[in-house]
Amino acid sequence: MLIRKNPNGIDLPFPSEITPREVYEGRRAFLAKVAATAVAGSSLWEMATREAFAQGTVQKLPATRNPAFVTNEKQTPFEDATHYNNFYEFGTDKSDPAANAGTLRTRPWTVQVEGEVKKPMTLDLDRLVKLAPLEERIYRLRCVEGWSMVIPWVGYSLSNLIKQVEPTGNAKFIEFTSLADRSQMPGVKSRVLEWPYVEGLRMDEAMHPLALLTVGMYGQVLPNQNGAPVRIIVPWKYGFKSAKSIVKIRFLRDQPRTAWNGIAPDEYGFYSNVNPNVDHPRWSQATERRIGEGGLFTPKRKTLMFNGYNEVASLYTGMDLKKFY
Amino acid sequence: MAFNPTPKQFRAIKAGLFMLALLPFLRMACLTAAGVPVDPVAFLTHGSGDWALYLLCATLAITPLRRLTGWNWLVRLRRMVGLYTFFYAFMHFTTFFWFDHFFDVAAMWKDVLKRPFITVGFAAFVLLVPLAVTSTNAMIRRLGRNWARLHKLIYAIAPLAILHYWWMKAGKHDFEQPILWGTVVGVLLLLRVWWSVARTRANIEKRPAPASVRS
Repeated sequence: MLIRKNPNGIDLPFPSEITPREVYEGRRAFLAKVAATAVAGSSLWEMATREAFAQGTVQKLPATRNPAFVTNEKQTPFEDATHYNNFYEFGTDKSDPAANAGTLRTRPWTVQVEGEVKKPMTLDLDRLVKLAPLEERIYRLRCVEGWSMVIPWVGYSLSNLIKQVEPTGNAKFIEFTSLADRSQMPGVKSRVLEWPYVEGLRMDEAMHPLALLTVGMYGQVLPNQNGAPVRIIVPWKYGFKSAKSIVKIRFLRDQPRTAWNGIAPDEYGFYSNVNPNVDHPRWSQATERRIGEGGLFTPKRKTLMFNGYNEVASLYTGMDLKKFY
Repeated sequence: MAFNPTPKQFRAIKAGLFMLALLPFLRMACLTAAGVPVDPVAFLTHGSGDWALYLLCATLAITPLRRLTGWNWLVRLRRMVGLYTFFYAFMHFTTFFWFDHFFDVAAMWKDVLKRPFITVGFAAFVLLVPLAVTSTNAMIRRLGRNWARLHKLIYAIAPLAILHYWWMKAGKHDFEQPILWGTVVGVLLLLRVWWSVARTRANIEKRPAPASVRS
């Protein structure tokens, strides 16, 4: 288990920190490592978050990098990933979340899991984090606005949690509700969105191994402005589908009314898979600007279907993705 | 309150205003050069668009302000403020054409024609061009009466600019700023309608009644 100590607080990958070749190549070795660190990891988590809460400082959250989910693309600088955010509960400006999210209390925190499940439960953070070994995964993040980042997240497949609560045969959709507390979140006063923020996935999407229940990034506990203490990351969909600061997870028979889709259905579909061939009504989705990559004169990148995660394509076989955008 | 600046004072006021209106540009240029904005294209696009709108409102405010205060010298600042409006609108368009489309004319036209909010914004910019071109003393003399007619285009440009802003923000349901600036433009235009109606009425009352009414 590595505890990264980087004096400037910015977690840039040093050559020495890149997962060794044998780990990439040997799944068995990886699994053994995960098993060995699972116990140690969970207690480290408690230490880390308690200290984070007490001191208000950044705390390391080590996890084993999962070689199945990495990219060799350059990671977005930590500073950019934590100071250029859409988190309307803290204001609509990209710099608002970093400026205002200090008031968010991430402890104590519970997540209520209910609906079409055999075992509804209320999980406190420590229990949630211990459900499965924490992994580090490097995902591309594509915002519906046309920019993108590359971020190392810490978490585990959402399917681990879903299996725990045993969904009934009626569970066809899963809904995530974010915290909406005016006393902690100044943006909730605005009428830009309906509060609380709600997002959702189809069950098979939620069960896909890529869907990540996330508690950290860059080897640290999630900063408040990035959706602390627990969020999901669905890397093949536009960023707004990945709900932040989740307090409730419900299993439903019917497709839930979700935040952006609810107020502007012609602009934001329920599926919102990254798709270069389906334009947003007000801009093209064919290209994207990679944050932290060059500047004004850097040409934009071509956006990839499903943000490059073609393994999810089978979820949508037979669906007209121009219609179900 | 009567205030009539001496030529020296007027020059100082004008120079001060010139510098003031240049500041947003300097700020944007410095920050971008220093690599501060995380998304420089978005930063420049929004910054230049905002300032084009603010200065458009300032240009439209000069005549009402002059009427309300009796400060007739204000009109001598109008050309500069108007040209600054064009300056920021030009910067707004250039950012879009250069850094968003990298001078790909076909891609730009596709965007302009496909997306209504860009269509109206583009129209507002194109209509500003003849106003900027005819802002010289020589052009004012040459056009004579037609100059004032031509410059009434601003009454079409301002609502187009507001519509552009409104539609741009509509997708994010963020209407606070469009409502604010739409109201400002609305009030500035309605004042003109009001004064125009009042003037027509006054003229009618002054004129002798038509013969048919007299009999």
